[in-house]
Amino acid sequence: MISSGALNRRRRIGKAALIAVPFTFLGYFFLYPLVSVLGISFFPDGEFSLSSFSTVLSRGSLREAIWFTVWQAVASTLLTLVVAMPAAYVFARFSFPGKSFFRAAITVPFVLPTVVVGAAYLALLGPNGPLGIDLRQTVWAILIAHIFYNYAVVVRTVGGLWAHLDPRLEEAARMLGAGRWRTFREVSLPLLRPAIAAASSIVFLFTFTSFGVVLILGGLSYSTIEVEIWRQTTAFLDLPVAGALAVLQLVGISAILVAYSRYQERRSVEQQLRPVVEVARRPRGRREQGLVWGTLGFTGLFLGTPLAVLVGQSLRVGGGYGFDAYRSLADASATLVPPVEAIGNSALFATTATAIALIVGILAAVLIAYYRGAVSRWFDVVLMLPLGTSAVTIGFGFLIALDTPIDLRTAPILVPIAHSLVAIPFVVRTAVPVMRSVRTRLREAGAVLGAPPARVWREIDLPLVFRAMLVGAGFAFAISLGEFGATSFIARPDAPTLPIAIFRLLGRAGAANFAQAMALSTVLMVMTAASILAIERFRVGEMGEF
Amino acid sequence: MLNRRPERLIGPIAAVAVALVLTGCSPNAEPSTTSPPGTSATEPPVGIVLMTHDSFEVSDVLLESFKNESGIEIRLLRAGDAGAMVNQAVLTADNPVADVIFGVDNSFLSRALEAGVFEPYESPLLDAVPDELEVDPRVTPIDFGDVCVNWDKAHLAEAGLPPPATLLDLADSAYRGLLVVENPATSSPGLAFLYSTIARFGETGDYTWIDYWTDLRDNDVLVTSGWEEAYYSYFTAASDGDRPMVVSYASSPPFEVIYATEPLDEPPSAVMTDGCFRQIEFAGIVAGTEARSAAEQVVDFLLSTPFQDEIPLSMFVFPANENAALPSAFVEHAVVPEDPLTLPSGAIEENMRRWIEEWTEVMSG
Repeated sequence: MISSGALNRRRRIGKAALIAVPFTFLGYFFLYPLVSVLGISFFPDGEFSLSSFSTVLSRGSLREAIWFTVWQAVASTLLTLVVAMPAAYVFARFSFPGKSFFRAAITVPFVLPTVVVGAAYLALLGPNGPLGIDLRQTVWAILIAHIFYNYAVVVRTVGGLWAHLDPRLEEAARMLGAGRWRTFREVSLPLLRPAIAAASSIVFLFTFTSFGVVLILGGLSYSTIEVEIWRQTTAFLDLPVAGALAVLQLVGISAILVAYSRYQERRSVEQQLRPVVEVARRPRGRREQGLVWGTLGFTGLFLGTPLAVLVGQSLRVGGGYGFDAYRSLADASATLVPPVEAIGNSALFATTATAIALIVGILAAVLIAYYRGAVSRWFDVVLMLPLGTSAVTIGFGFLIALDTPIDLRTAPILVPIAHSLVAIPFVVRTAVPVMRSVRTRLREAGAVLGAPPARVWREIDLPLVFRAMLVGAGFAFAISLGEFGATSFIARPDAPTLPIAIFRLLGRAGAANFAQAMALSTVLMVMTAASILAIERFRVGEMGEF
Repeated sequence: MLNRRPERLIGPIAAVAVALVLTGCSPNAEPSTTSPPGTSATEPPVGIVLMTHDSFEVSDVLLESFKNESGIEIRLLRAGDAGAMVNQAVLTADNPVADVIFGVDNSFLSRALEAGVFEPYESPLLDAVPDELEVDPRVTPIDFGDVCVNWDKAHLAEAGLPPPATLLDLADSAYRGLLVVENPATSSPGLAFLYSTIARFGETGDYTWIDYWTDLRDNDVLVTSGWEEAYYSYFTAASDGDRPMVVSYASSPPFEVIYATEPLDEPPSAVMTDGCFRQIEFAGIVAGTEARSAAEQVVDFLLSTPFQDEIPLSMFVFPANENAALPSAFVEHAVVPEDPLTLPSGAIEENMRRWIEEWTEVMSG
């Protein structure tokens, strides 16, 4: 028999540990480097100065960049929601052949480096492309690419919750005479709001901080805060102006996140989540068939065409086609490191990053989901901030801050740590809505039946949370595979990841170098799809199907 | 009383988590490639950290034989592109992460020198390096390359156009809508090309560089953010694009031959030898290194013929050491412009920002 004093003590220790791991990780690897960089920015000569803010606001080009950042992010988020919602529904409610493959495949664009997709888009949106109009260097090119990149975020986050909504609610509404649209608007939509808000906040963050897409497709006319931070830092080493821009970007993002977090606290509805197998069914009748296959067809064309362009380019040999570029991946030409080595490096980094992201992310999610209040609300916001911090700021922050007590500035572990900073929000965002939605009564029933809290959590919460964890893990792995920005700004030992190797090949003239870059991009796509597929298939005993 | 909080589980989970982080990550964090400079100087082999940019290439064979000969193990540290690397070196000048830095070019040299990143060293191998490459005693020139306009031979011939010969030709209406350049604010060759126009047309007089760029703009020049897009998305000789003239390198044509997907006798593009800007890449010993003599040997290694012989094919630039052998494709197809343009490094550091801002204003006008 454990005394209540001991129980309380254990509880306190448990809570402290729960808080300590994610706080320490985030504090040391994100906040501390960030504050160090900003310290240099705002104490340029040892004295505090905010004059860089007035510099930023008085420069026309920077003001324009700030305005463009805001409106394109809002437009991109809304467009992505609208365009991807039908697919979220189809993936949640229907089963069809090859479903898990499709679900993995749609995530591929999300992780492809922009320097690769940019090339495909420039070909597609040029005067010789299928659209027949020249959209290069227009805002449309940027918006279309943003939808392309973030499609999966909406399908998976919204679809993830939708798949667990009790379909009997919708059936009841239909039975009572509501049409499809009204059922969606008045029954499904309100229940889906937590997931829609979660997806929107992520898409907004990604497009608000858009870098490569704007740089490659926007030409001279468009620039975001993120692009300006990079320019001010790498070209001019103007840390005061870069710091002021970084603060403005963080303020904008925090505002959205705080709003999101408050909304989530208020709106979260406890509901009976259903196992996926009960919910998804084969499409019945013409209308449903049309809906399912039409949506899948659109998704395939919209996401597949740029990818097909990449694959096509990797197969070009002179005037014809062949696998030469793939064969040459394994051999080191005169002096180059064989590109195939990058595959091993990427796999190792991604595995490490996923492990870190899962550990920190799940602990953080438990904290946020079960301890409501100011601390957990702020923690939720802070967790998301790495997504809104420019890669060059994080990279330089590592360099400035992490020299004591142990000199970690050039440690290889920094690469997966940087990747996990970006991946943790995905783990948290997919886990929290599910954790919150688990009905208290289910837990109460368990407790009444005599199960201790640990057992309640293990047998009721965990199986429901498990699938969300798998989705989060898939995202974390994929994000790490494709991450380019932060990696390229970390002073790191010579172990190029796939995107870095692709970028290096693209920096050289010669048709074979280009074909090799495209072949390596194709390998990256296949690895991404395969890893997500594998993680989702991964089942642990009875926890698997629920 | 119902306890809905799962904290009793958290202790064990956190313990496992910490253990996982510690064990799972330690193989990765093995300091074999990361020891701070000089700490392993007492035990053979000596480790030297060579900080460099992402375009640096060296074969494992060469590193291995250098290690066997000298007892020095070179550990590469990548730090982004040339600009990002210099900035990282500047930010860590007080507590450096490397012993030797390679890849500082003349655009960023004075920034690094002013921050006191390097300490002087005169390599005995400098005798084999042309004097015009030697700019400052604190750094050693390792290679050079020229940023030049390239043109697509077949495309211009088909259009019945003679190849462009001078910078002024590019602003001629006969070549309207044919040139693609890179944004100097975001691209290193773009910046070099801007410098060459400033070196040629100057800031004062009847026809300044601003007038020249106004004419280029009116002649429908296209600006991309990077060389990759300009070359692989717009340049007709390397893509399905519609621009037969591109700002690239004097060494791009030999690369077309060496890295062709089908054997080529002749490169599809050629180099305009007027208006080229010369970029020189330097190596230097980081001020305060604890392994000075090993660092000197590394700089000598970078200037020695085995490494210099590799440079053309690994980094598509020319070796600084005149005794280095050039590969045959380079001898046949590469062009070394006779009078490349250049600007003093100090003038670049002082004016770069203003020039880029003025350029942006002209081009978005």
